[in-house]
Amino acid sequence: MSVNPAYVGREYPANAPYSVGREKLREFSGAVGASHPVHHDLVAARGAGYPDLVAPPTFAVVVAQRAESQLIEDPEAGIDFSRVVHADERFTHHRPIVAGDELVTVLHVDSIVERAGLAMVTTRCEIAALLPDGGTEPVSTVTSTLAVRGEGA
Amino acid sequence: MSTEATRPALADLSVGDVIGTRTVEVDRARLVRYAGASGDFNPIHWNDAFAAEVGLPGVIAHGMFTMGAAVALVEDWAGDPGAVVDYQTRFTRPVPVPNPGVATLEVTGTVGAVDADAGTVRVDLTVTCEGARVLGKTQAVVRL
Repeated sequence: MSVNPAYVGREYPANAPYSVGREKLREFSGAVGASHPVHHDLVAARGAGYPDLVAPPTFAVVVAQRAESQLIEDPEAGIDFSRVVHADERFTHHRPIVAGDELVTVLHVDSIVERAGLAMVTTRCEIAALLPDGGTEPVSTVTSTLAVRGEGA
Repeated sequence: MSTEATRPALADLSVGDVIGTRTVEVDRARLVRYAGASGDFNPIHWNDAFAAEVGLPGVIAHGMFTMGAAVALVEDWAGDPGAVVDYQTRFTRPVPVPNPGVATLEVTGTVGAVDADAGTVRVDLTVTCEGARVLGKTQAVVRL
């Protein structure tokens, strides 16, 4: 089964909020070797002008992959995860993610291109923070391309 | 603020300047730790038999681990991780991680562009393992 081209242009509804926790930021920062104090020390983060601990630049992948699973785990989409290789990734931060953020993500399927037995699937996650007044504030845009090998490749 | 004093100034930067280098050693424990922290439990990053079944040379590092580890050099140089406003890469070559042992990543950051109007600098990262580049077009835009 190959990737279903009918999914191009699909936009999913905003998913359930992801609550950004201090200990998760410390754990993720430690795992990638991000040792700057604003990831770990609340006094340092506030001293640098942030309301709480700051996420490293690639932390948004943790938030984005929850939204991406809506596509990847959909059997109709035809993405066999054992045949997937990550081709590229991009983070654009409209503001840094900080502990205490409640983040909702809207997943877009921007393109599906098949060539030479390979399907290139590009998704875009628009991550926004919930505001107390019920609105949202754009936080990060995460663009990711997966290369899916066909059955014969 | 105390961090301001250590931040680089845009006017002092020129294309081609090396901002720093870093060596990152990756072992299996590191991959397990990243899997747990990130929630990426794809077995190609911890199960040799599974990795071989799908045609890999063995367990490989998460591309997102390599991407995340490389940018720490830029965060520390900038003096403010929140100043990294854009960061992208292509994953061009897998990083096999032996057991036992380590894979060694060499990271170098170079100024690729300075935009005085926008107040940003683009840092281009070169990331190699055993002399071969494992990431391509790795660019971090930093607001200074």
